[in-house]
Amino acid sequence: MALRNIDIGAGASAFLEPERKRGIVIDIPILLATLSIAGLGFIILYSAVGENSSVVLRQVLRFGVALLVFGVLAQVSPRLLRIWSPWVFCIALVFLLMVMLKGEMGGGAQRWLDIGIIRFQPSEIMKISVPMMVAWFMHERPLPPTFMQLLILLLIFCVPTFLIYQQPDLGTALLVMFSGGFTVLLAGLSIRLIAILGVFSLSCIPVLWSYMFDYQRARVLTFLDPESDPLGAGYNIIQSKIALGSGGLFGKGWLNGTQSHLEFLPERSTDFIFAVMGEEFGLLGLLFLIGLYLVLVGRGLYIASQAQDTFTRLLAGGLSLTFFVYVFVNSGMVSGLLPIVGVPLPLVSAGGTSMVTLMAGFGILASIHGNRKLLAS
Amino acid sequence: MNSTVTLKDHWKEQRLFLSRLIAAGIIILVLTGVLIWRLVQLQVVDHELFAELSQGNRLRIQPLAPTRGLIYDRNGIVLAENLPTWELTATPEQVLDLDSRLQSLEDLGLINLAASEHLIELVRSHRGFERVKLANLSETQAARFAVRRHHFSGIDIQEGLMRSYPLGDLTGHAVGYVSSISASDLERINRSDYAATSLIGKSGIERSYEVTLRGSVGYRQQIVNAQGRILLDPVAVDALPSSDSSQGALETRWPTPGKNIFLGLDVRLQLAAHRALEGRRGAAVAIEPQTGDILALVSMPTFDPNLFAVGLTQADFQKLNNDPDKPLFQRALTGHYPPGSTVKPFLGLAALHYDVIDPDSREMCPGHFILPGTSHRYRDWKPEGHGPIDLHQSIVQSCDTYFYQLAVKLGIDQIHGFLRGFGFGERTGIDVMNENAGVIPSREWKRTQFTQREDQTWYPGETVITGIGQGFTLVTPLQLAHATAALATSGQRFKPRLVIATEDAVTGKIANHEPVLLDIIGNVEEPHWERITQAMVGVTEEAQGSGHNAMRGTEYSVAGKTGTAQVFSLAADETYDAEEIDESLRDHGLFIAYAPVENPTIAIAVIVENSGGGGATAAPVARQILDAYFLEGPNGSKKY
Repeated sequence: MALRNIDIGAGASAFLEPERKRGIVIDIPILLATLSIAGLGFIILYSAVGENSSVVLRQVLRFGVALLVFGVLAQVSPRLLRIWSPWVFCIALVFLLMVMLKGEMGGGAQRWLDIGIIRFQPSEIMKISVPMMVAWFMHERPLPPTFMQLLILLLIFCVPTFLIYQQPDLGTALLVMFSGGFTVLLAGLSIRLIAILGVFSLSCIPVLWSYMFDYQRARVLTFLDPESDPLGAGYNIIQSKIALGSGGLFGKGWLNGTQSHLEFLPERSTDFIFAVMGEEFGLLGLLFLIGLYLVLVGRGLYIASQAQDTFTRLLAGGLSLTFFVYVFVNSGMVSGLLPIVGVPLPLVSAGGTSMVTLMAGFGILASIHGNRKLLAS
Repeated sequence: MNSTVTLKDHWKEQRLFLSRLIAAGIIILVLTGVLIWRLVQLQVVDHELFAELSQGNRLRIQPLAPTRGLIYDRNGIVLAENLPTWELTATPEQVLDLDSRLQSLEDLGLINLAASEHLIELVRSHRGFERVKLANLSETQAARFAVRRHHFSGIDIQEGLMRSYPLGDLTGHAVGYVSSISASDLERINRSDYAATSLIGKSGIERSYEVTLRGSVGYRQQIVNAQGRILLDPVAVDALPSSDSSQGALETRWPTPGKNIFLGLDVRLQLAAHRALEGRRGAAVAIEPQTGDILALVSMPTFDPNLFAVGLTQADFQKLNNDPDKPLFQRALTGHYPPGSTVKPFLGLAALHYDVIDPDSREMCPGHFILPGTSHRYRDWKPEGHGPIDLHQSIVQSCDTYFYQLAVKLGIDQIHGFLRGFGFGERTGIDVMNENAGVIPSREWKRTQFTQREDQTWYPGETVITGIGQGFTLVTPLQLAHATAALATSGQRFKPRLVIATEDAVTGKIANHEPVLLDIIGNVEEPHWERITQAMVGVTEEAQGSGHNAMRGTEYSVAGKTGTAQVFSLAADETYDAEEIDESLRDHGLFIAYAPVENPTIAIAVIVENSGGGGATAAPVARQILDAYFLEGPNGSKKY
């Protein structure tokens, strides 16, 4: 327990009381697990991009930035985060609308917003600000939410989801929806209501189906079963299954993956990097990686269980569950369990924005845990 | 806010939250279990199969092209077919240095980079494993490449089928053409449908019936080595007794060939119209009134669709596109023309129907018409006038003065409503794209069409000139033929169509498309139709008829009407002298007709641009088409 929060303030001992605000909050399990995953990610990426060290270096730099964000957010008290929540949400929403307008005028798909010095995807902010907003909304209210409150909550996470889906970015839209949905579920949405909603949406499927045109049906079927279209969407999945399967128990060894090195596997440095890992490090390598992810998810759920007010509880739970969905959707897609939606493998896939968001989320988790006793007093 | 304060029960809330958290944890463990089970299946259970697929050998998915459907005319004459050819293809991910490879190919005389600047862009816009067609090769070019093939990794020749249009420019506009899939096409199509095909329908039937003609792509999985050499091909293996364990995992799905299409076109009529309009700008449309089948669809000048199918160079395309006679412009469907006097039978019918005239009473024609209370003279084509004249003779001799009065009596709103009933002013719904709607003006139309206040008002003078098909009124040749067909059937309007049947290329089963009845102009009484028919017969048979010269001595009876449409208007004191004005400002000649009068089987509209009077220029074209229809060959030999 003593190691959970250490104070590395100038010359101070590591055993200061955690509720003392002066200390720097760093969550050791989270830090160790993310460092391990990212490190493993650099190694795989080096192989996936054909031993191009400059790509890996860029990824290391991105992780450095993400780590900085993690460290900074860990110092922000949850109370402050709570006060910021509606503002962050509104600003992110405005950014999303700006992206949409820009897209309409530019006549093409738009995800990026350029404000002077930085260029970023507002949809990424939503992954964190939606659970924050939901948690903020329920903070002062008794759980579980009433029906009217549920409708408002639904609006909170469905509006950004819809805007992101329009960009179009199905993967991020799904993650944002899950992040909001999970937070609502944790807030104590009654099991009966969940069941009713589930049955209702299931019963809608045949109705929708009968209204669709043939080509739309074909598109849905290809989406659900990409292998039926081996010349299109199915190509990726067939190649990634070969990569995974040929890796076997122990893998072909680092830099020895033929599927990836002979460039048969598409998007091998981003969405399909899980397959490169499976080909070169085998089942054992994948189990190790999955284990590390579970450590992070478990730590997050533990922090949620220890949290002392509604806001931090819901936020910590929502962020952790979303992180798991992230991992599961990507690995499930690469191994042919799930349809193909563009979701990167967290902390491993090349690309900066999602890495920063993820580490920001972990920073919030660290802050929630590190400051928990302050709140109780 | 709600005034009643609900107290938060922290203990209960925490329990609720914890129970949810535990449930979430269990679900996470279950899902992780499913994932691991899946990975074990792939990496342990099926490991050997996948290892074999990847180790040294690789699985390649070879798309198999469907054969494009053929296009026939109504008598089974081939209008579009597929000929064997050699295609030069590139697989982008296997080509190491695209620019220099293409340069070498050009040095060999196989491609022409200057003429097709977009080639590099085209290759780059495809996915790495998709083959892109670079060019069609002749036999000798293919041989020249074959001996140097080892220098060009990723570039290959394969046997392919080339689209060919045996009748060339005769069917350029009607059938349309296929051409290489462009970068912009890629954005609107499902790419996997074209994985094995390099051509896509761009215009006419080829475009509108693309999905029918295309068929669906097949594929086969092959095992190839690192150099792309085929080691195991299930199609070849099927014949052999095989012990190869991976064979079972290889799939083949054969392509489904596209359907063959039968058009209502009759090549004989098409040819007659084409010849009669040769060297002119104009259009001719012939329709079978009882079905809406298009028998002839000619726009002149035209182009050879084979140029596009083979691959047109940028320069050649520019030449076609910039030609002042606009050979790429399909006049028959998209050309907007004033109908001129061909509108008179329709307006005569309207006047009978609304009972605004006594058809047998004679009105005085002094050679011009003056709106009461104004001074402007609306001139008749015959300066000295026709004298006293009734409805019948006004149509036979095409008296303008009579129809100026008639239009004023009808009023623009009744004219608008009646003409709309014949399908003017809206798309006919023909089964090819890019049809224009034309314009039938009304007060309402003018209000919405113009922004300036003074332009939005309808002036009485505008009604007057509408009476002779001038002013705002615009029609397409197709609409004119369609409306003439409705005159022939006393009001039944069938949707014009090019395709009358499709044939399944595998089973040979023919599916006939039923004619689509759009509308019946049912409220006009039979004697009115009869009166107009008699007047139109008079046009071709009476000595004074404006179409008499062209239709002299036919073995069949024809109901017709000439038209001369002004392209630019003269001031009241000017005289029209064809010699003096620029050719592009000369009058358009028009002619509509149907035959035989007793039981019409063909309706025609002809427009000859800037040719002068319709009786002298357009009617002879119609005569050629009718002669081809009634006199040439066994007419009863229609296959469908």
